[in-house]
Amino acid sequence: MNRDRVTAILMLTPSVILLAIFVYGFIAWTGYTSVTDSNLRQQLRGETAEVVGLKNYEDLFTGLLNKRFRVDMTNTVFFTILFIVACLGVGILLAILLDQKIKGESVFRTIFLFPMALSFVVTGVAWKWLFNPTSGINVLPTVIGLPAGQFQWFISEDRWLPFNWHDLGFYIALILLGMALLFTLWQWSKKRSQWAAFGAALTLLLLAWVTLGDPRSITPIREDGHGFNVALIALVVAAGWQMSGYTMAMYLAGLRGISEDLREAARVDGCSELQVYRRIIFPLLQPITLSAMIILGHISLKIFDLAYTMGGGNNLFIDMPGINMFFTTFRASEFGRGAAIAVIMLIMVAVVIVPYLYTQLRSETHL
Amino acid sequence: MSTTVSPSQSVPAQTAAAPLSGVRVSRALIYAALVIFAALFLIPVYMVLVTSFKSIDQVSISTMWNLPTSFTLESFQRALEKLLPNLINSLLLVVPATVLSAALGSMNGYVLSKWRFRGANIIFPLMLFGMFIPYQAILIPLVQFLQTIGLYGSIGGLILVHVVYGLPITTLIFRNYYAEVPDEMIEAGAIDGAGFFGLYWWVVLPISLPGFVVVIIWQFTQIWNEFLFGVTITNTASQPITVALQNLSGSQIVEWNVQMAGAFLTALPTLLVYILLGRYFIRGLLAGSVKG
Repeated sequence: MNRDRVTAILMLTPSVILLAIFVYGFIAWTGYTSVTDSNLRQQLRGETAEVVGLKNYEDLFTGLLNKRFRVDMTNTVFFTILFIVACLGVGILLAILLDQKIKGESVFRTIFLFPMALSFVVTGVAWKWLFNPTSGINVLPTVIGLPAGQFQWFISEDRWLPFNWHDLGFYIALILLGMALLFTLWQWSKKRSQWAAFGAALTLLLLAWVTLGDPRSITPIREDGHGFNVALIALVVAAGWQMSGYTMAMYLAGLRGISEDLREAARVDGCSELQVYRRIIFPLLQPITLSAMIILGHISLKIFDLAYTMGGGNNLFIDMPGINMFFTTFRASEFGRGAAIAVIMLIMVAVVIVPYLYTQLRSETHL
Repeated sequence: MSTTVSPSQSVPAQTAAAPLSGVRVSRALIYAALVIFAALFLIPVYMVLVTSFKSIDQVSISTMWNLPTSFTLESFQRALEKLLPNLINSLLLVVPATVLSAALGSMNGYVLSKWRFRGANIIFPLMLFGMFIPYQAILIPLVQFLQTIGLYGSIGGLILVHVVYGLPITTLIFRNYYAEVPDEMIEAGAIDGAGFFGLYWWVVLPISLPGFVVVIIWQFTQIWNEFLFGVTITNTASQPITVALQNLSGSQIVEWNVQMAGAFLTALPTLLVYILLGRYFIRGLLAGSVKG
């Protein structure tokens, strides 16, 4: 038996070594590249790259020439929020509808889920045609005699919620302040005085920072022109079309896991159908919502193909960090800065995924 | 698997006050909502098909939503002319990459579920993390590495990359699948004198077919649809079909009907797999959210 155990470990070893190199080794390598000024010109001359510390990162967030990156970050935040909300909303709605003992359920399920089987490139090409402002969806109302739509979809240049990048530090401070205050009140209501005191201290500290300090100094660059690019709506529709079937499948699996007896018991106790959902079913689906949010969130943080296909890579209104990294690295040949963008993307994804993996696997029983 | 309630049993215990007509109306509304959603989901399919069966002089803004007046396969012919070499590349890539990553995943899953060793619950999450990372974070070293070992720009390099980055998900699916296999079966086999490989060959592998189907479908779809590696570590001769489609749609001169025909051709293999084996596809999908 002991020899078999050694064999088992030996059989796993190649995969472990491959992943150790291709995932962790390469990440470390990218991390190192990101603190150098590595670029193609140097490599061709046979020069070695110089370590420049965090300069690439500093440039991305504050350099005059790197506005594109800050546009990308803003786009990512808005896209992620809207994409998750759209997928969760459509997904739960479809799942509830399908859970009503529907005739032909499998046909509907197939229709809602088939976009998942497609490449984002196919989705991008198809929706680019549909979103063409002079044809496509905009013309659809004319089929029944209505005026054509005027929305410019993915080439719209409109911008809502405009903000100045320079004020971002101030807004972040305000949001942190709000969160600290809520945390304090929440702990207070739970009568956990120690945590409440901690929260209160934090709130005061942040309040002092906002009023006496200068939160704007963390985003020193004076720059206008950020906000929610309306063109992102087109991207949300296309991505939501592709991915909301996924949330539907997750919710449907969850709904099927809730026993009919439980619902029946609630109905006997006088719950209306709506109350059964509000009191029994939605709370039971909460873990699924969290999982879906994390899976969808990490997809939207690293989205590349769809935005690239729809925008052709030079439509800044739907630009994303993944595209910027691709162009910086493989077109402009600025490896150092490309690596820095990649590391920032990795950090964003890791912040979401690592706690998720931890809790998912901790709840399993181990030897 | 939960047992499904047959439709005849429906509307079991509506509150007594609800009149039957009210139930009928709400049922009708549910079906109406489902039909509307289904129609919305199918709009792109309709558009792709309608456009790709038109000849170029029929593709005009005013008749965009109309059915073609005469069906023609001309656009498919032209799309195929441009995409065929890449379609072959994708096939040459996807078959070996899928088979290899499934085989490795099965072995890894067997080890991790039936031969638990100290440190396994540290190694496994570390392996899994690899499937969530944005591949941009490994792309620069990957290109340099492939150039060094001479696989850059070749289908072989693409196969290697897809096998390696496919390991986390295939390992995960097989590990969860084998976890359902009772340990007693392994123990019984061991008492009969089977060793590590004997147990795998005689006990585990014969019941692995559903696991393989899920993994193969999943990997086939993922690798066929992938774009980032396809566009960064290949050259013109080895580009997979997704990259060729993007090039086709990126060039302004290619007509819409050819683009739509190209999109349809690119989608067809995975779509067929999904329609024929959808049940297994969904299992792979849900396994991707880790617990399965």
